[in-house]
Amino acid sequence: MSATRELILERIRVAVADLPRTADAVADVPVPWAYGEATPMPDVVERFVERVEDYRAVVDRCTATTVASRLSAIVREHNVGSVVVPAGAPQDWAAALAEVAVVRRDDPVLSHAELNEVGAVVTGARVGIAETGTIVLDHGPDQGRRALSLVPDVHLCVIRADQVVSDVPEAVAVLTSSMAARSPQTWISGPSATSDIELDRVEGVHGPRTLVVLLVE
Amino acid sequence: MTALSTDPAQAARPGTGLRVALFATCINDTMFPQTPKAVVTLLERLGCTVDFPMAQTCCGQMFTNTGYFDEALPTVRAYVDAFAGYDYVVGPSGSCIGSVREQHPMLAAHSGDTGLAAQVAKAVAASYDLSEFLVDVLKVTDVGAYFPHRVTYHSTCHSIRVAKVGDRPYQLLRAVRGIDLVPLEGADQCCGFGGTFSVKNPDVSVAMGADKARRVMDTGAEYLVAGDNSCLMHVGGLLHRMRSGVKPIHLAEILAQTGEGL
Amino acid sequence: MSQSAARRTPAPPEGTYLGMPRFPVAAKGALGNTQLRKNLRHATGVIRAKRGRVVAEVDRWEELRVAGAAIKDRTQRHLDSYLLQFEAAMTAAGGHVHWARDAAEANQIIVELVRAQGADEVVKVKSMATQEIDMNEALEAAGIAAWETDLAELIVQLGHDRPSHILVPAIHRNRSEVREIFLTEMGTYGTPPPADLTDDPAELAGAARRHLREKFLRASVAISGANFAVAETGTLVVVESEGNGRMCLTLPDTLISVVGIEKVVPTFADLEVFLQLLPRSSTGERMNPYTTMWTGVTPGDGPQNVHVVLIDNGRTEVLADPSGRAALRCIRCSACLNICPVYERVGGHAYGSVYPGPIGAVLTPQLRGTDSAIDRSLPYASTLCGACFEVCPVRIPIPDMLVHMRKRVVEAKHGDTTPHAESLMMKAGSWLFGDARRLAMAQKAAGLGRRIMPDSVSHLGPLPPPLARWANARDLPMPPTESFRSWWARERGGSSR
Repeated sequence: MSATRELILERIRVAVADLPRTADAVADVPVPWAYGEATPMPDVVERFVERVEDYRAVVDRCTATTVASRLSAIVREHNVGSVVVPAGAPQDWAAALAEVAVVRRDDPVLSHAELNEVGAVVTGARVGIAETGTIVLDHGPDQGRRALSLVPDVHLCVIRADQVVSDVPEAVAVLTSSMAARSPQTWISGPSATSDIELDRVEGVHGPRTLVVLLVE
Repeated sequence: MTALSTDPAQAARPGTGLRVALFATCINDTMFPQTPKAVVTLLERLGCTVDFPMAQTCCGQMFTNTGYFDEALPTVRAYVDAFAGYDYVVGPSGSCIGSVREQHPMLAAHSGDTGLAAQVAKAVAASYDLSEFLVDVLKVTDVGAYFPHRVTYHSTCHSIRVAKVGDRPYQLLRAVRGIDLVPLEGADQCCGFGGTFSVKNPDVSVAMGADKARRVMDTGAEYLVAGDNSCLMHVGGLLHRMRSGVKPIHLAEILAQTGEGL
Repeated sequence: MSQSAARRTPAPPEGTYLGMPRFPVAAKGALGNTQLRKNLRHATGVIRAKRGRVVAEVDRWEELRVAGAAIKDRTQRHLDSYLLQFEAAMTAAGGHVHWARDAAEANQIIVELVRAQGADEVVKVKSMATQEIDMNEALEAAGIAAWETDLAELIVQLGHDRPSHILVPAIHRNRSEVREIFLTEMGTYGTPPPADLTDDPAELAGAARRHLREKFLRASVAISGANFAVAETGTLVVVESEGNGRMCLTLPDTLISVVGIEKVVPTFADLEVFLQLLPRSSTGERMNPYTTMWTGVTPGDGPQNVHVVLIDNGRTEVLADPSGRAALRCIRCSACLNICPVYERVGGHAYGSVYPGPIGAVLTPQLRGTDSAIDRSLPYASTLCGACFEVCPVRIPIPDMLVHMRKRVVEAKHGDTTPHAESLMMKAGSWLFGDARRLAMAQKAAGLGRRIMPDSVSHLGPLPPPLARWANARDLPMPPTESFRSWWARERGGSSR
């Protein structure tokens, strides 16, 4: 359909003929915005906790030495028979989880049907956004492929306090390198939700209905 | 009746020495002459010299807003001709002043007449809604008015979003002696008049106006005040049909009353 | 009848958008539906309040709006370069880029791509672009079932209905209506709901989850739109809430995204502006639950056969109109619908388009032209109250553009063979108001009319046409016996001029 491509491009050039254009689009239309700036706030980590909880997600605060035991305790609480852990996740997570559930490693890759039988997933994260209560996965080795954190009904996400930034602009700046590496990204703000019936918010449609964020301080 | 303790004759006359051209607007000129009369009373009381240039007609927005730009141009020319040479043109309508400000430059550009565009730019700079002229130019909010009634204020869309008069009408109303100003729920929502909308989409217009009228009645006000008689004609027409007893009144008519001669 | 028996998916209502009546006629019908008005008042009220709260939290909201508008304007001015940059980046990342000038061409490309996979069904992410090209019906005609997976779109599809809102397509339905639709229809097309289904939204959402899960796990092809396409990196972005988008974007092996050419943004950094503007404006949340970004093919993760169909479908026409092109800034947030007092009372169906509300009233006649009765009536479906501009996250001057589109309608009418009464009235009015002496004469005549009426009459009640349209429900004050102009001349002897 290259004829269509040329036709559309030509139509665009004719359509904007009244506008002055140089080779420098950035100079032609200035955008009065300072990119990548922090949003001022009293305490980034406290704001993050408050905003994640606002979505009725659970925040569990722990330390580097207690994270594995907290993971197994939470998995036990949710009474899921099995849990999937990304291949690149820390070894001590799987070891601790193995005490309370069947641990799947997605290696070899689980089929959709197999994944659908798994009760929970544990992942790391790339960055947390305080203002919006968002965690972003760039699906690195400790986070696994996208389907892992989607199909199971319980998502435990481990994030370090030093990964949390103030707001979206800082997060975008952090994520520039993974974007350059063509990694996919998943931005998660609370559990799956819908407001499609009378604008009444319901948590849990297709994505994980339970989201637990383990904040490692 | 007893005269008020405040004698307006002795009050400050901040308009002294200012020559003001009154833009009555076509709807007030034709249908609501009491409003421009009130503006004359008020401005003269504040010391202004008021002219009414007889060559004026209309802001033309009924043509512009219906899509008839060419037909609107004669009114733009009439406006710049009538008000040439005045530093202050004051109209009791956020909608008509808003149209002068926002649409006359666009229409002049549409005409391709650069001379007209220059005249329009001058006229626009001199044009004020009554509330703006009082608060920004004369720098008064207490105009010595007395109005001992329960009143609710509808802000009108073009006053707040086109002319951008902000809370100036509230400032003026709050300073009126004896007034019982009660808030109107959803005051910033459109009443449904919309000029030609009221005849092109009469059912939606009436549905919106009826909701506005019900909210007005809920306030228990005796008067519904606004800075635009067009909106008042619409909501007032519904209030009258509903036998509500609530009377529409223009802001200028409240500000003009001092209680003298009651 | 035999045709409907052969269908794979629920049949939409009869008729086409273009065949719909003028807005005032359709609106009158909607106004008479008290359940609809109740549903709309509730829903728009809830979402307006939510938006107001989260927007007020952002100190730099106005700066964000200005930046959003500028980024879109920059993109528009150099759209050809940015599209080529996007194409090169996505191709380098293993994706395939297709171009379609109109709906027919887009649908043909999509059908061929689905057939190439040997698939006879697809799962769909909610997408305005696919609605605009009526893709589901094109697929149905090719024997391919397109399953809507957004909850509201599912309600609309199972209800043999049309969407009435950009963001919440089933905003016109309440919970008990949704329950009825699910109980009656769901079992015909897959996993049925439990027989004891109540109208609790959580239960209804649970029924949708079970119904769609088998389709997600089974499907080999998904079709999406995109909220943004990043030129710099070749990345597509989908912003959603329920996770149905993630299911479609992740599980099937083939992904086809249908994207309007105006969706491109120059850089990844530009998303920091839009990912703040969009969620707060649309759902009234600080952030939507899920946003997915993908750049071509990621080995071992998600679809390995990735396509994008870039559609024009009238957009270059819009771009060519200097007074109309700002409509292409639209990021489909629906804040203008939610704030609009007209939309609140009549809902989306009266607009006869997949794009209802204020943005639809300017965009639809630009995309489709001004030949049909419905399209000519749309620019007038507004009081020009200006609330839409105030909430628009990319500062589209919708009221000014409505006025501009009215002018285009007037010009189109000039091309008609028979003159319109309105044009004649406007010409006469222009003559009258163009000269103060003529206006004064007309006022005298009106005053004369007033003086022959009894003084006790202050208002006019119901009147014959053409005043009937005003006076059916509103009384009209009697004109005064004397105009202001005449009073001034009598009392003050005229001015210096």
